[in-house]
Amino acid sequence: MNNILNQIGIENYIFLSVILFCIGVFGVLYRRNAIIVFMSIEIMLNAVNLLFVAFSTYHQDAQGQVFVFFSMAVAAAEVAVGLAILVSIFRNMDTIDVGNLKNLKG
Amino acid sequence: MNTLIAITGLGVLCLLFEILNFRKAIVPITIIGLLAILGLTVSEFNLPESYYNNMIVVSKFSTVFSSLFIVLTILLVALAHDFYEDHPTKISDFIAIKVFMLAGAVAMVSFGNLAMFFLGIEILSISLYVLAASNRMNLKSNEAGMKYFLMGSFASGIILFGICLIYGAMGSFDIAEISDWSRSAELPIWFPIGISLVTIGMLFKIAAVPFHFWAPDVYEGSPALTTATMSTLVKVVAMATLYKLLSAMNIDTNEYISTAFINIIVVLSIASMTVGNIMALKQTNVKRMLAFSGISHAGFMLMALLSISTSAGSLLYYASAYSLSGIAAFAVILYVCKNKDNENIENFNGLGKNNPLMAAVLTAALLSMAGIPIFAGFFAKMVLFNQTIEAGHLVVVIAAVINSIISVGYYFKLILAMYSKEPNEAVAKTPFVFYAVAVVSILLNIVLGLFPSAVLDLLG
Repeated sequence: MNNILNQIGIENYIFLSVILFCIGVFGVLYRRNAIIVFMSIEIMLNAVNLLFVAFSTYHQDAQGQVFVFFSMAVAAAEVAVGLAILVSIFRNMDTIDVGNLKNLKG
Repeated sequence: MNTLIAITGLGVLCLLFEILNFRKAIVPITIIGLLAILGLTVSEFNLPESYYNNMIVVSKFSTVFSSLFIVLTILLVALAHDFYEDHPTKISDFIAIKVFMLAGAVAMVSFGNLAMFFLGIEILSISLYVLAASNRMNLKSNEAGMKYFLMGSFASGIILFGICLIYGAMGSFDIAEISDWSRSAELPIWFPIGISLVTIGMLFKIAAVPFHFWAPDVYEGSPALTTATMSTLVKVVAMATLYKLLSAMNIDTNEYISTAFINIIVVLSIASMTVGNIMALKQTNVKRMLAFSGISHAGFMLMALLSISTSAGSLLYYASAYSLSGIAAFAVILYVCKNKDNENIENFNGLGKNNPLMAAVLTAALLSMAGIPIFAGFFAKMVLFNQTIEAGHLVVVIAAVINSIISVGYYFKLILAMYSKEPNEAVAKTPFVFYAVAVVSILLNIVLGLFPSAVLDLLG
């Protein structure tokens, strides 16, 4: 494992996860479909998970991999709540376009 | 540690009461339970210890702040009974979610490991997403929940990335180890980037400029009791956590980071105060006005980060003064806007004649927020300003004083509406708890104002 990491270099792992993270960020900022926004948030969290595992191998330390389990469990709980909110919005508005959420202004 | 276990147990108990059909008893029992937990927490004050491989570290800081959170939760739970009168079947869920949220808050101030920090912040936020969207037939509440969810999970993603980079730099999640290593001169560049990302994520939760744009919408749309929770409890929790995290990372002694970081905090603090106050001037919805006022108070609290090694006591004092006056104000708002569909200022017309006691409490709460003497808000500001001047940041203090004067403008708009305008409808009957909570929290605030040293000396 460590061998592969040495050949590729930890920097490249960081670049990869930063790119994935930014894809997620731009997805959240620019997409209007709530489901795609949720997926973008998942991409952000999973980019971080990837980096956690890479750092874990880099430091020869299992804590990083354990943290990934925490963050996966938390992400699942978070999305469950988010989808529940989305369902109630869909029932009231018949749309899942977050651009239509314009009742609160001022 | 015992606090955390007891709170979680109480939350589970609340859910069990629903099954056993004890709905009527749920609020009193929860309050008694929380009072017992408060006693337990206070008894741990002089017994610093760490549990489970330093996952949880009980210190003076954590016990004092946990006690403050428990007091705030007691007041909020007391308000819940009448607020959720129309949904008697759901009251146990709401109370249980609030109690679990408190567990998250306590985990956030007593973490000894970044994993615990992350779990705490997520428990707190996920509970709040549910509470914000809890009025599910109401479009505004839905929208507020969705906006809060999107901003909150975006911020959690950023915090997680920051934690990951700190781990990459240090090879450990343990706060004590990170704190030791952060004193060394040679640190990978990942470490400052990680700290910045975590700070950005926390600033989202605190709602400081430029990460404040979600706050007014979410505060306005959420059910009023949730708004009260968000603007008092959650803001204070996030601020205390950010303070603990940054002081553990030795942000002030590491010259590699500190200059740039202090400059950024100065700018953010001034910007939060100014933007919050100026936007609040033109609001007509009281919840929205208090949201902007909360943004400016976040700016004031950020000042505590400028003298991070000595300001724990003054941050605690400011946080208690602000949150207690916030709860008093919201108790009155809940009473006034109970059966109305908005919270506009006109609803408060003539409150001084209709209900002099509630009007007096709201006036006192607003004066405390504005920083008028004898209320705790004034002494909190004074102590904080003093400390900031000693740390050599005169510019921030000048901006803060000017902003305190601006803030009087919109607080008095509400006070004038209460006393100088004619009431537009007959008096509604006030449930006793609203009186009790409003009076108790404002009395606590005044007591804090009369004896500032009682709180300030707790954390040195």
